[in-house]
Amino acid sequence: MEDDAPVIYGLEFQARALTPQTAETDAIRFLVGTQSLKYDNQIHIIDFDDENNIINKNVLLHQVGEIWQISASPADKGVLATCYNRTSDSKVMTCAAVWRMPKELESGSHESPDDSSSNTQTLELLCHLDNTAHGNMACVMWEPMGDGKKLISLADNHLLLWDLQESSSKAVLSNSAALEGKGQLKFTSGRWSPHHNCTQVATANDTTIRGWDTRSMRQIYCIENAHGQLVRDLDFNPNKQYYLASCGDDCKVKFWDTRNINEPVKTLEEHSHWVWNVRYNHSHDQLVLTGSSDSRVILSNMVSISSEPFGHLVDDDELSDQEDHHQEEKTKEPLQDSIIATYEEHEDSVYAVECSLVYRNQCRGGLRSCSYQVVQFMLYKNR
Amino acid sequence: MLKLYYGLPDPAAGEAGRAADAGGPTDINGPRFDPEAFLTKLQKECPLAQLMDCETDMVKQIRALDSDMQTLVYENYNKFISATDTIRTMKNDFKRMEDEMDGLAANMAAITESSARVSSTLRDRHEQIAKLSGVHTLLRKLQFLLELPARLTRCVELEAYGTAVRYHGRARAVLHHYRHLPSFHGIQADCQVIMAGLAQRLRQRFRDGGSGAKDLAECVELLLELEEPAEELCDEFLAHAGARLAAELDTLEAELGPPGGAPTCDILEFTDRGCNSFVGNLCLVIASYQELFVSRAGAAPIAPMARAKLATFVEGLLGRYFGLVERRVQLEKGVGDSSLLVRALDRFHRRLQALEQLLPGAGSASEGTAIVERAARARVAQYLQALRGFYQDCLTDVRQALAAPRLAGKEGPGLAELLATVSASLLGQVKAVLGYVHLFTARDVAFSNKPYFKGEFCSQAVREGLVVGFIRAVCGTAQQFCEAPGDRGGTAPPALLLLLSRLCLDYETSTISYILTLADEQFLVQAEVAGTLGSVLCAEARAAAQRLLTHYVRVQGLAVSQMLRKSVETRDWVGTIEPRTVRAVMKRVVEDTTAIDVQVGLLYEEGVRKAQSSDSSKRTFSVYSSSRQQGRYAPSYTPSAPMDTNLLSNIQKLFSERIDIFSPVEFNKVSVLTGIVKISLKSFLECVRLRTFGRFGLQQVQVDCHYLQLYLWRFVGDEGLVHGLLDEIVASAAHRCLDPVPMEPSVVEVICERG
Repeated sequence: MEDDAPVIYGLEFQARALTPQTAETDAIRFLVGTQSLKYDNQIHIIDFDDENNIINKNVLLHQVGEIWQISASPADKGVLATCYNRTSDSKVMTCAAVWRMPKELESGSHESPDDSSSNTQTLELLCHLDNTAHGNMACVMWEPMGDGKKLISLADNHLLLWDLQESSSKAVLSNSAALEGKGQLKFTSGRWSPHHNCTQVATANDTTIRGWDTRSMRQIYCIENAHGQLVRDLDFNPNKQYYLASCGDDCKVKFWDTRNINEPVKTLEEHSHWVWNVRYNHSHDQLVLTGSSDSRVILSNMVSISSEPFGHLVDDDELSDQEDHHQEEKTKEPLQDSIIATYEEHEDSVYAVECSLVYRNQCRGGLRSCSYQVVQFMLYKNR
Repeated sequence: MLKLYYGLPDPAAGEAGRAADAGGPTDINGPRFDPEAFLTKLQKECPLAQLMDCETDMVKQIRALDSDMQTLVYENYNKFISATDTIRTMKNDFKRMEDEMDGLAANMAAITESSARVSSTLRDRHEQIAKLSGVHTLLRKLQFLLELPARLTRCVELEAYGTAVRYHGRARAVLHHYRHLPSFHGIQADCQVIMAGLAQRLRQRFRDGGSGAKDLAECVELLLELEEPAEELCDEFLAHAGARLAAELDTLEAELGPPGGAPTCDILEFTDRGCNSFVGNLCLVIASYQELFVSRAGAAPIAPMARAKLATFVEGLLGRYFGLVERRVQLEKGVGDSSLLVRALDRFHRRLQALEQLLPGAGSASEGTAIVERAARARVAQYLQALRGFYQDCLTDVRQALAAPRLAGKEGPGLAELLATVSASLLGQVKAVLGYVHLFTARDVAFSNKPYFKGEFCSQAVREGLVVGFIRAVCGTAQQFCEAPGDRGGTAPPALLLLLSRLCLDYETSTISYILTLADEQFLVQAEVAGTLGSVLCAEARAAAQRLLTHYVRVQGLAVSQMLRKSVETRDWVGTIEPRTVRAVMKRVVEDTTAIDVQVGLLYEEGVRKAQSSDSSKRTFSVYSSSRQQGRYAPSYTPSAPMDTNLLSNIQKLFSERIDIFSPVEFNKVSVLTGIVKISLKSFLECVRLRTFGRFGLQQVQVDCHYLQLYLWRFVGDEGLVHGLLDEIVASAAHRCLDPVPMEPSVVEVICERG
């Protein structure tokens, strides 16, 4: 009998960067970037076989530096972008680049060699996102639902829109916007909205959340003091176009309606330390996953502000499907916002959580979190 | 006949058998004496001597009897002779009497005859006289009728309306009956004109109303006799009275003052005036009306109509009056002593009782009671509002007090005193308000006997509404400080959070039960009316205290975190120079923590520390002892086994307790400080992990951590926590270091001591 025990995948190095492979539609696949100052960093491609509860992995070398952020192209399974630290004589610079993984790994289907260390493969550099003029890269985002040609990166106080040309071998800065203001303003994170024809981007700097129009590169809204302290992460509700979740150092997770930014729609205060990451489940947006440096990952059920305020219908055959061991008693519960699960298995801070895009049988999915020091990988089965 | 009478003792009788056979045939005196049987018996039974004796005896007796008989016969004979004489004289007397009777009968016949003669002669005369006297009466009546107009006029002139009406009343029927005769018709017309004038005058007088109630009553009576329609009269009477009463109400309304403005007189005066003028007059009107139209003899047919009219009339006026009173009561916004209000309401209520007695069924008393109830309820609500306001003011004062001394540079602005002040003034205010409210139920106030004031008012309005409401408000307001602020301005100063937390805790431990007991005793709240239990409130207060304290820890922890974060983020850790001193921010952290410690210490007890292990002081060094550090960092130098670092730290973690960054805070100083320090250090750790360090950067972190180590342990309950976190920070820094060469522990110590 399958139980709630997480599937744990150990990494050799510490890691902060985690992303689901956006272009993959069949397998539950995540990419993890490691952080090591001394050794060649790696990108782990992790496939989760949810039927057999088995993890398949492939490792790619990422030699240029430790990876702070990673994102996979929505159009091409083999393309990904990373933000990495480049250290050169007492200077640390965060750069960004677009990479292609070797063809045979794209599918992820083949068995990994037994001794992966002997023939680790290397990523092929497609192009750098030249940031010499703009400062440290905080984050790279692909255009969601796009053709994998457009990227936005956040560098210090600049919002840069890139066009990938000549089969991604060249990145051209097509537009940019700068954040003006007193003091050193720095973007900490951002998110590209999948709504409005992908013309909106939300960014966070310090305690402020800003929305941008990618066509004009103008600010369209600004939530001052969205959090009491630094805003760490953002995510758009995949199904409700004006809804945005944010989290930050004040231990709170807030939900916003960007049409009315004076007050958050909802605030969660479940964590006891900085909340680093917030993610909506792609298929069921009432499920919100948060990871915090209090070593907890919390899965909340925010029915009241989801696109399915009346709960989703569970098909009968779904219930009878013997593979779905985690059939929810939840669907019978009254529709109230609640915490579905708190995962406390992490022994150190949790820096990244992601939900798989693939949601098999409508009730099976992976969520995955990445913890720092212990360098472990937990794959939780959700539902 | 006589023979029979004498014969009985006549035969020979012997006494011998008398005794032997009384009444038998041998008894000589018995009625069934048989001489043969007697003789036979004597002969058979007696000896000769006795027979001889018997014979002599019997002879003797016979002789005595014979002499007796002779005497009797003689006497009777004499009597008989005298009786014969008497009868003879009677016969003579009767004969004479018969003659005289005949004479009398003849005389009587003569008398009868003469009497018949006399009466027959007198009959004619008698008839004539009777006719004459009839004519006379008729003439008198006619004269009265003829004179009637003049007389009426004179009466009217003399204002003897009563007489006039009486005259007219007497003549009316006749005039009505003979109205086909021209002369009578004229008189009737005249009379009608005069009477119409009279009625007019009466009405005028009635309408003027200047005359007293008695006059008015007379008027109405006369008018009624004049067959004026009663309904109209009622209406007129009521309209007349209504106008006057309405004028009084207008005066009252004027005293309400302009809308929005202050009333011109206090509520007692207002009620007094209302009672005396309006209600008094209303009572008078009702009384006279009832006398006139309802209870007067002969008013029975119009009584129901009149009563209905009166009811509508009174209802309308009272409605307006109640409206005014209610408006006035609503204007009574004062939150101080409510005795004036209570007295005013009492008076109001009493007067209405009187009215109710006068006019039962008008519902005036119940309506009045309802007003009083509403007023009382509104008053209690106002008090609650005032209490809340007072509480808010207290908080504002506290905030100011907290803000002010800090400008002067003083630490710890007497939090304990502030708390005591707030607590005492709140309690005082609650007591005062309870006292004011208590007036509503005072024994000398009439309406306090109403069931509402006995039951619901005490239990619901006062206990639940006021007391429980206030306590809830205290906790609720306190909790609001945890919710709203923190994001967008208006942040409550942490000291206030602390103070409120303590306040709530105090409420939980003692104040709530005290206030509740006080209220229950004062208002005699019945036990069976289950109100909110004290324990529930206590739990609420405790929860509030907990939340406040937790929030305090969070706020303070995040404040320190923020400081640390900024300091870590803004520094270039790769290119930094060799550390010479502890960074200023660390000193600041220690200072702030000390300040918080002092602050918390003012309000909360010390709390329990974990028993310090004997080697705690040594541990300070052992953590950073070169041997351990070597052990930890060693794998970093050997490229062979990068996993070892993790393995080592993991194993180490297995043995050390897991650090719960935010365990629930207890109500004591150590727990609070532990929470704050934990949050701060955890944040420090996170910041360090986000940076890349050069060699000197690492060493600086080492120095800083050692410094914190030296000063922070004393604040926390379990110093192992601090050690663990600081270890972790240094380890993380080492891990993020490009050139991890740790500083010699001795040097670190020297730098720290110097700093």
